[in-house]
Amino acid sequence: MKKLLLFSCGAALLFTLNACSGSTSEGPVVASASESNAPAGGQSAVQDDESQKDVVKVAASSKDHTTLVAAVKAAELVDVLSNAGPFTVFAPTNAAFDKLPKGTVEDLLKPENKARLQDILQYHVYVGSLKTDLMQDGQTLNQVNGGNITITRKDGKVILNNSATIVASIPASNGIIHVIDGVLLPPAP
Amino acid sequence: MSSTKILTSLGLVTAAALTLASCKPKGTASAVTGDAASKVYVAPGKYDEFYNIVSGGFNGQMSVYGIPSGRMFKIIPVFSQFPENGWGYSEETKPMLNTSHGFVPWDDLHHIALSTTGGTHDGRWAFGNANNTPRIARVSLSTFRTEEILEIPNSAGNHSSPFITENTEYVIAGTRFSIPMDNQNGDVPINTYKQNFKGSISFIKVDTSGHMNIAFQLRLPGVNFDLARAGKGKSSGWFFFSCYNSEQANTLLEVNASAKDKDFIMAVNWKKAEQYAAQGKGFKESVRYAHNTYSDKTHSATSNIETSVIVLDPASCPDMVYFIPCPKSPHGCDVSPDGESIVGSGKLAAVIPVFSFDKIQQAISAKNYDGNYEGIPVIKYEAALRGEVQKPGLGPLHTEFDANGNAYTSFFVSSEIVKWSVKDLKVLDRVPTYYSIGHLCVPGGPTAKPWGKYVIAYNKITKDRYLPTGPELTQSAQLYSIDGDKMKLLLDFPTVGEPHYAEAIPAEMLMKKSQKIFRIEDNGSAYAAKGDVNAKVTREGNKVHVYMTAIRSHFTPDNIEGVRMGDEVYFHVTNLEQDWDVPHGFAVKGANNAEILVMPGETQTLKWIPERVGIFPIYCTDFCSALHQEMQGYVRVSPAGSSVPLTFSTGKTEPAPAAAPAGATPARPTKN
Repeated sequence: MKKLLLFSCGAALLFTLNACSGSTSEGPVVASASESNAPAGGQSAVQDDESQKDVVKVAASSKDHTTLVAAVKAAELVDVLSNAGPFTVFAPTNAAFDKLPKGTVEDLLKPENKARLQDILQYHVYVGSLKTDLMQDGQTLNQVNGGNITITRKDGKVILNNSATIVASIPASNGIIHVIDGVLLPPAP
Repeated sequence: MSSTKILTSLGLVTAAALTLASCKPKGTASAVTGDAASKVYVAPGKYDEFYNIVSGGFNGQMSVYGIPSGRMFKIIPVFSQFPENGWGYSEETKPMLNTSHGFVPWDDLHHIALSTTGGTHDGRWAFGNANNTPRIARVSLSTFRTEEILEIPNSAGNHSSPFITENTEYVIAGTRFSIPMDNQNGDVPINTYKQNFKGSISFIKVDTSGHMNIAFQLRLPGVNFDLARAGKGKSSGWFFFSCYNSEQANTLLEVNASAKDKDFIMAVNWKKAEQYAAQGKGFKESVRYAHNTYSDKTHSATSNIETSVIVLDPASCPDMVYFIPCPKSPHGCDVSPDGESIVGSGKLAAVIPVFSFDKIQQAISAKNYDGNYEGIPVIKYEAALRGEVQKPGLGPLHTEFDANGNAYTSFFVSSEIVKWSVKDLKVLDRVPTYYSIGHLCVPGGPTAKPWGKYVIAYNKITKDRYLPTGPELTQSAQLYSIDGDKMKLLLDFPTVGEPHYAEAIPAEMLMKKSQKIFRIEDNGSAYAAKGDVNAKVTREGNKVHVYMTAIRSHFTPDNIEGVRMGDEVYFHVTNLEQDWDVPHGFAVKGANNAEILVMPGETQTLKWIPERVGIFPIYCTDFCSALHQEMQGYVRVSPAGSSVPLTFSTGKTEPAPAAAPAGATPARPTKN
């Protein structure tokens, strides 16, 4: 039941994304309507310097997450993660991506591997806003891609899938980012 | 007089017959030009060119539309309770509707005035009037919320308001009904109108922050004041008002206020009045009126009762007020962009008289008077008149202007807009409206710098214009292009409530300064909980205060026990979001008032008196997030005298000591 819900939720989000990004044609335009101000993109294109930054903007402003941000863009998840969410994003650092076998990231960024990249990135996102003090030892979280991750609490640390440790947590307008030192790889289907 | 009257009536009848024959609407298809659709089509994601701030009439609200699309963006509650967002229901906003008559949950908002500097729109505020229980409201054009409401003493039927001076120095409020003044014994026979009833016009000073105060009132003869406009440019420092019922009838005004062939335009030298007030020429009267302000800092309103007003009597303040005869119960009183022409629209008149500011000044210098009315000089009609627009139509009401020297007058009886030249007073064009137009709006039309491009008709009757919805039909607006020589109908759009006056302002003047959030660190509410850790529930006697937070996607606390019958529960909900367009709502089962909508960073309070024992769900009413349906909780109500302790929590599942995560449903995330 809960999985179904999440699945359909994720599917709806993706559908919206595709519908938005695919459309470039415009209907007739009122000549004098305020065209210069007209938004063209999805939610990520909303001009807003007053609100707190969302998870995408927070990640984009981090020097340690350029690989993740590039991957999120390649997977066309920028608009999704600019949604109201709320999201818990587990955000591997550049160093975490560097630990993957050589060539893995480059491979994933190829257009033909977009589905695989999306699957991996969605495995890093949970719908719901979870601070670390709400994470219990042995708890599983059902991620956006449908897979589960397991939480271990050990010596005051929170470890995911026994492979990545949360090293920092940053609140965002639409959820929270937990910086992790490893990339989570979904189990093979 | 009688012969003039007969002639006038004959003219009316003839004109009516002609109009019936010649101006019968030919149907929508022929009235709309072929390219109309492309002129009003604003593609998805594109913005309109103008904001149209429209009065809501008997719904007591303002609404905001886009022009040219006619799309409605928002209803701004002003004088009426609005269950949609809790305006007038929440503890914070209730004081805004306080008056000297107590809590007044409804009024009738007729006219909009957008603030100006140097006679042109400045995009700061919209003012509106409460017609029934006299009040003036000021709405912020960055938050689109009502910030201040000021009651008007010595007034009844606050129709001749709000109108503003060029630099928004003053907002004026004129009474429709003359009445015995508030400090007199009002228990008098109604037919002693002529002795006991007086009119008053209030000059409300507006300071740079927008704060309003009644600077002084003019004590005037007992007539009906209808509409008004400030002078501008050369007539800066003057104000012009239309007056009817110079007959001073107190019954069957339909007949008795139309006996004379002329009523008045009243000209007020407000700079002089201001001097008199500064010199102490006014007298202080005891009155009672409410002055309500809303603070975006404390997120709450305060209501104070003021107890005095300064009154200026023209008898002791010479050279301040003049009357000018104007045909047949004038309604609109509009001033051209250059300030020279004052257009009086006698709603029963066959002509539109246009008065000259220069000639009025010459007539005053030369004392070219035709006697006086209750001691106030009456300038000779011909001495003030620039000329008359001949045979303009039937039932002229209101006039707006464009930047090219044209005037646009609405005609209720003949259902049309007539364009005429201000320079030579010649009719240039006419278009039918569907049906029975009241006010009309040219963007910037009442200012020194009209934006032009469109004229919008606000119609009273729509009969066969829309799908029928029973006896009551929507009222409507109609958009016409005025770019070319001929006016062209482009669009019909339905309106909320009854649109009276409206103004339109270029989108770029407002959209960039539209406020997105309230900063949580600036929240000065005494009941704010700035962060989940500050959430709490306290008891003071039978009052239970819940300091609650809301953030995607849970309330803290969401389980509350220990409430007892006889308690008054105050849910103080603070929205912790700092993200544009993410309000949270709050509702509790059985509440006898409304929901509340809480903007990001704001605190709002819903009062609830449980009327039975049991479990009462609470939930977020505004779809906020993917887990909006999870944003819920329970309140347990026990009998009076119960020993159930007052407790509160979020995420605690008893009896298991290890808590489940906050905001999550029990099933997710799960424990292994």
